[in-house]
Amino acid sequence: MGGVLPLIGKRLLLGLGTLLVVSIIIFGAVELLPGDIAQQVLGQSATDETVAALREEMGLNRPSYVRYFEWLGGAIQGDFGVSLANKRSVAEQLGPRFANTLFLAGMAALISVPLAIGLGVLAALYRNSVFDRVTNAVSLVAISSPEFFLGYILIVFLAIQNPIFPAIANVTPDTDLAERAYRVMLPAITMAMVVTAYMMRMTRAAIINLLASPYIEMARLKGVPNSRVITRHALPNALAPIINVVALNLAYLITGVVLVEVVFVYPGVGQLLVDSVTKRDFPVVQACCLIFAATFILFNLIADVGAILSNPRLRHPK
Amino acid sequence: MADEKSVLLEIKNLKIEGYSDEQWIEIVHGIDLTLHRGEVMGLIGESGAGKSTIGLAAMGFTRDGCRISDGTVLFDGMDLTTATRGERRALRGSRIAYVAQSAAASFNPAHKLIDQHTESSLLHKVNSKNESEADAIELYRRLRLPNPEEIGFRYPHQVSGGQLQRAMTAMAMSCRPDLIIFDEPTTALDVTTQIEVLAAVRDIVDQFNTAALYITHDLAVVAQMADRIKVLLKGDEVEEAETRKMLADPSEDYTKSLWAVRSFQRDQKPPPPANETPLISVKNVSASYGPVKVLDGVSFDIYRGQTVAVVGESGSGKSTTARCITGLLPPTQGEILYDGQVMPPKYQDRTKDQLRQAQMIYQMADTALNPKKSIGEIIGRPLQFYGGLRGADLKKAVDQLLDQIELEPSLYYHRLPSELSGGQKQRVGIARALAAEPSFIICDEVTSALDQLVAEGILRLLDRLQKELNLAYMFITHDLATVRSIADVVVVMKEGKVVEMGPKDEMFQPPHHEYTDLLLSSVPEMDPDWLTNLLEERGVDNIGDAAHQKKT
Repeated sequence: MGGVLPLIGKRLLLGLGTLLVVSIIIFGAVELLPGDIAQQVLGQSATDETVAALREEMGLNRPSYVRYFEWLGGAIQGDFGVSLANKRSVAEQLGPRFANTLFLAGMAALISVPLAIGLGVLAALYRNSVFDRVTNAVSLVAISSPEFFLGYILIVFLAIQNPIFPAIANVTPDTDLAERAYRVMLPAITMAMVVTAYMMRMTRAAIINLLASPYIEMARLKGVPNSRVITRHALPNALAPIINVVALNLAYLITGVVLVEVVFVYPGVGQLLVDSVTKRDFPVVQACCLIFAATFILFNLIADVGAILSNPRLRHPK
Repeated sequence: MADEKSVLLEIKNLKIEGYSDEQWIEIVHGIDLTLHRGEVMGLIGESGAGKSTIGLAAMGFTRDGCRISDGTVLFDGMDLTTATRGERRALRGSRIAYVAQSAAASFNPAHKLIDQHTESSLLHKVNSKNESEADAIELYRRLRLPNPEEIGFRYPHQVSGGQLQRAMTAMAMSCRPDLIIFDEPTTALDVTTQIEVLAAVRDIVDQFNTAALYITHDLAVVAQMADRIKVLLKGDEVEEAETRKMLADPSEDYTKSLWAVRSFQRDQKPPPPANETPLISVKNVSASYGPVKVLDGVSFDIYRGQTVAVVGESGSGKSTTARCITGLLPPTQGEILYDGQVMPPKYQDRTKDQLRQAQMIYQMADTALNPKKSIGEIIGRPLQFYGGLRGADLKKAVDQLLDQIELEPSLYYHRLPSELSGGQKQRVGIARALAAEPSFIICDEVTSALDQLVAEGILRLLDRLQKELNLAYMFITHDLATVRSIADVVVVMKEGKVVEMGPKDEMFQPPHHEYTDLLLSSVPEMDPDWLTNLLEERGVDNIGDAAHQKKT
């Protein structure tokens, strides 16, 4: 394993560096808004005195880099400041919502990842068959449709015409696990439909890409049956691209939920972000963005590390 | 057990079609082949002769885009062309096995050697897992692989090419098949490694009385291995005869021309006068890739109009030396002199004129030419870059170059590389190098991917251009036959060092440096007894080890 650890260490450092840059961008974007936060909060009609007073209260008179480091230092310790809208701690509001979002994304992943890889392997195995063509066509439709549209269609068919699942995914902290899973089913299916398509097509392509390799021909010439050729000889070598696309799609599941959460009125980070933007609650917006960025970077990191670990040359150096 | 000499494989009137340009084109035109138990038949011919296609068809297998259109393949009484998929699959690996050209590419990188070895016998339920593993270790031992107990538990990338090729032969033997198809099993190997594999293959085929189809384009190799030889040309049989008879007295003109290929030879040029400045002088150059040192104090000179052949096994630092000369890899120590002037170590720091002087021609013309550019554009680019030519002048210069490489300008100017044969692509590579009007060209294994007849055409062309333009060549090769035909000076490299150098005529006369001797004596000769004699000379029992020890 000697060769792998330094590689992983390097990726980790790179990920942290990226996160730092993103935090500067997030902080900077708010700074660049016309006027400053005090003015935004108080609105057009506020007198200069009240704005100046608020500025003093919020510490906005100090240079921006000082405030940046204060904000960053707090964020590292889990303190994202106080919400402008209701004066409650941002972390307190964000915590349960982030857990909800993770739960929804987890459900979607639980449906989509096995489905996508299974379908991808089958499509590669029976490539150019009717099955392959139908799966490809359906997945193309799913990729091309916007999530909110898929969400409404599902509501029409699975909640209104056939009332199987609730149309609104309202959960509270004391909803138990089974009930929770039942209520988020429609948003989870919606998101799964979008990401399954990507992962399935990538799995299929990665496997088919390898089928022309000499070692696949060798396996066939050893009398290995087709299904085993795909699962034992092609799949392990196709893992790197598959891990990549899976990890990126999981990241998308968490960060791309905004629209779906709004459609299903689900109390997740996406909802909170949309609400806070309309309320100009900048500390919350900054915190949401930073969490999304961290998640995205984390999953990229996982993808990289997974791809490294799937390579036998790196796992077993000479 | 059937009769020792009964017919095992009988192919009758085999026709195979390939799909290209939206139609089926016949690529094998009615081949007959009869192979008895325990017999080894050599299939030889140039690329496109259909050797591999026929070899695979003997297993009832066709590659994607090919189909058997007519004829029968009778294996031990069963017609593989009409057998069901299940029946064919039951034969593959268990009664007919396959050894591929590149073991490095044909072993699955994701699994240990021994797991791949035992896969066939487990699938075909010949043995239990434990028995198969014990048998694998026994076969590794018989094939004289180092550490037979342990080597199978490594991954393919942890084992050297020659060892992998032997492990693949062992894998083919795992179910004790009646027939093995060897598809160019030593083509990708160095001469010294080739001997290890040839000896191992011959031994194992003898020991188990296995029949074999031995596919190769190397006549000297097939002479060592086969009882009978069948010569193929473009999907047709040219002739078939017992090996000794075929070598001594081929009846067809095509076969005679194959035999005659190695005749091209030009005389060694007189050494340059003592006071002449070398065109290129490599002075005490060391280089590394990261922490790995690959060149260690390499020095040699190349004079105008001369050809210096740099020989050695893969990994000896031949191509790295070329990269240092061209500035692609700055040396960690030492310097490159051009006409007495020190060249900047990095190509980025060299002037256009310095860059122009040293050009390269690559081994794989396929990958060295931009597939999206026409031949005219490819050759025209250096003319624009170095010569500043435009418009009609440019077209004229390209046409002249195409004439020089014997390709008709009106036919080839607008073609894409994919529309050319291997030899033609290599000619385009030569024209592109010439377009810069260099004084020095590095030829990196330029003929090793080509058939012998085509390779000879390239050598003749290079020789003619050298005479006309007074070019100096640095010829990187592991093929000593090529060295013998074109070199003036030979530099022998091993593990990043020059072990011996001198004029060709002296280098091919004994006494040699020990390593040069090993290289020279490892080149197969057309004599069918050559391998046997050599093995006796080196000690029959451990030819593989002997070759290996001498190397290290």
